[in-house]
Amino acid sequence: MRFTVGAERRRRPRRNLKRRLTILAFMSPWIVGFLGFILYPMLATLYFSFTKYDLLSNPIPYGIQNYVYMFTKDPDFWIAVRNTVWIIVWGVPLQIGLSILTAWMLTKPKRGMKVYRTIFFMPSLAPPVAVALAFLFIFNPETGPINVLLSHLGWHDPPLWFYGRQWSKPAMLILGLWGIGSTMIIFLAGLLDVPRQLYEAADIEGASGWQKFRYVTWPSITPVVFFSLVTGVIYGFQFFTQAYVSSITVAGVTTTQAATSVGSPNRSLLFYSVYLWQQGWGNFRMGYASALAWMLFMVTMVCTILLVKTSKRWVHYAGGGFR
Amino acid sequence: MKRLLSALAVLGLLAGACTAGGGNEAPATVNPSESHEPVTITIWGAWTGRELRQFNAIFKDFTAKYPWITVKSEGGIGDQKIIQAINSGTAPDAVLSFGLDNVGKFCQTGAWQDLTPYIQQSNFDTSQFPESVFQYTSYQGKQCALPFLTDAYGLYYNKDLFQRAGITEPPKTTSELVADAKKLTVFNPDGSIKVAGFVPWAGYYETNALTMSTPFGCPWYNADGTRSAFTDPCWVDLARWQKDLIDYYGEQNLARFVAGQGNEWSAENDFETGRVAMNIDGEWRTAFIENDVPNLNYGTVPLPVPDDRASTYGMGQIGGTIIGIPKGSPHPAEAWLLVSWMATDTKTLVYMANNVRNVPTTFASLESPDLEVTPQFQTFLDIFKNPGSHYKPATPIGDADQTAIGNVLEDWQVGKITESGLSAALQKAAAEVDNLLQEAGV
Repeated sequence: MRFTVGAERRRRPRRNLKRRLTILAFMSPWIVGFLGFILYPMLATLYFSFTKYDLLSNPIPYGIQNYVYMFTKDPDFWIAVRNTVWIIVWGVPLQIGLSILTAWMLTKPKRGMKVYRTIFFMPSLAPPVAVALAFLFIFNPETGPINVLLSHLGWHDPPLWFYGRQWSKPAMLILGLWGIGSTMIIFLAGLLDVPRQLYEAADIEGASGWQKFRYVTWPSITPVVFFSLVTGVIYGFQFFTQAYVSSITVAGVTTTQAATSVGSPNRSLLFYSVYLWQQGWGNFRMGYASALAWMLFMVTMVCTILLVKTSKRWVHYAGGGFR
Repeated sequence: MKRLLSALAVLGLLAGACTAGGGNEAPATVNPSESHEPVTITIWGAWTGRELRQFNAIFKDFTAKYPWITVKSEGGIGDQKIIQAINSGTAPDAVLSFGLDNVGKFCQTGAWQDLTPYIQQSNFDTSQFPESVFQYTSYQGKQCALPFLTDAYGLYYNKDLFQRAGITEPPKTTSELVADAKKLTVFNPDGSIKVAGFVPWAGYYETNALTMSTPFGCPWYNADGTRSAFTDPCWVDLARWQKDLIDYYGEQNLARFVAGQGNEWSAENDFETGRVAMNIDGEWRTAFIENDVPNLNYGTVPLPVPDDRASTYGMGQIGGTIIGIPKGSPHPAEAWLLVSWMATDTKTLVYMANNVRNVPTTFASLESPDLEVTPQFQTFLDIFKNPGSHYKPATPIGDADQTAIGNVLEDWQVGKITESGLSAALQKAAAEVDNLLQEAGV
């Protein structure tokens, strides 16, 4: 008996080790990817953010000068911040609102729901570069069909859209809202998941349509709203491709000259990520771009934490949520 | 886990600290008369499409001259990828770039090798190039690039539209340009612009701070290149001249017209379609016109200069393709043979000039009887040869200077900067550039 116990004791660590190695082996693709492509670049940029690094010579220690420059000397930093806040403040609520509305409409048809669902989802599959170019064509103030239509409707001085600083961000917003398919599909799942009996109970109580939405539908979909809010805010902070494409197209330059023209017209589309790219690749300031990236990371992190903290007050998990 | 993280952090810092690095080694020389082992060298460049195919055809002559060297050319590669390759130690043997604004940085950091030792060792004759090319191929005494064709900018004008407006001569001064532009402009009944005489809008095709500042003689930097010169009164003159003509059209009206412009690199280009009567453009437009609208009745002249600078008429902005040897080039000696041959072989330069329609960069190729010269193209050869023609001074801040002044002109032309705020805006742009120069160690 004693002998057996001793043997088990001896065997167990080996079995544990084997088990751990197996788990690690299965996890290794992710671990390698995470270490090589996420953790290492992040640590490297953290280091670079405290250096003067022009991409071509050795980074020179620069203390907190990059961060000082950002807040005290940089004329475009706050422009980029304002533009980014604008797109988040308008874009995220509108995206959520429209997604709910579209998803709600999609729950109504008795027949052909699959077809409508596919149609409404399809725009989100289009590549962002192609969509941006198509929108620039459609919204061209001189030759685009939208302004031709607006002129026929009696608007003699229709907006310049992507070509004017007053209308470029709203135009960008419309472009962004066109591809709400992926958010909409999550809301659709959320709406279809609301227990029928709750509506039936509400009907018996004589609840109005609004009351049913407010007290039955809304609480049930708050986890989805919360998810969309967090991912939308993070995406908003990183908004890049469409702004980059439309800026250089509006400015009429090739990609080799892109750094001089991103943000056109009049820096109205100079979003934070676009600005970061311009500083790093156009102006040989990778140290400063790294500092901008870390500032972005920290602000995004703070916003996400705030959202998570406030979520306890308004997000309702039917299963009780995380404890 | 904590130990692992700290180890990784240290590794990250070390790897970061080891990235890139300077150091100039003495170049290896190749004596072409000795027998050599066969070698294949690679050149990366920015050419694409038709121009790349034409470019790739030049190397058979090089291999005929140096039979042991085969050249592999890869196109569509911009400076960003070249920089990444230099950083990661995977640079090609030779490089070709359109990014003139990066020359300062390339020279300063040694990312493109200083060619001076190669030039001295092989007794390479630099007097075969016009003096102006050295300004955009070197920085602080380091000759880290050689020219391989260049661009020159002038004024294109539509002769039929001139005739219709009763104008007999193209403008030579900026005030004549404005007067002619007004005569040439045709408005639609609703007040919108049908044909614009001349569009002084920063960002309209090749009309920008660079091309406009050259005829105005606006300095970009002080004499030793250590401070921005955006506070020079010349920039105010340029901005006012630009705005006066914009106000003639009406800012919104012109903005709408500009938004409707055709693609620059297609037959939809406004000058080719007759939507604009005069336009600033490079010499390559002659090839586009020949290809797209061969019947277009047009002429070319140097850019008009302000009335008080009439004696400088004939000059313009120049600057084009550059070639060099990157740091870490596996075969620098052979790369030098290629680069020096490309920069000076008359037959090659003339072939490229005739096909890609850029200005050749040696005296011999400029005078070559094989160079196919139309009267319109001749203007650009003359602009290039003019001793006053130049590119803006090289700096190690990339194109941040163009961005800074471009932002001012663009905000000014839409009225975001007012007359009273113009000087302050120029001062702010100058301060921004000064900060960047200081940071870059100038």
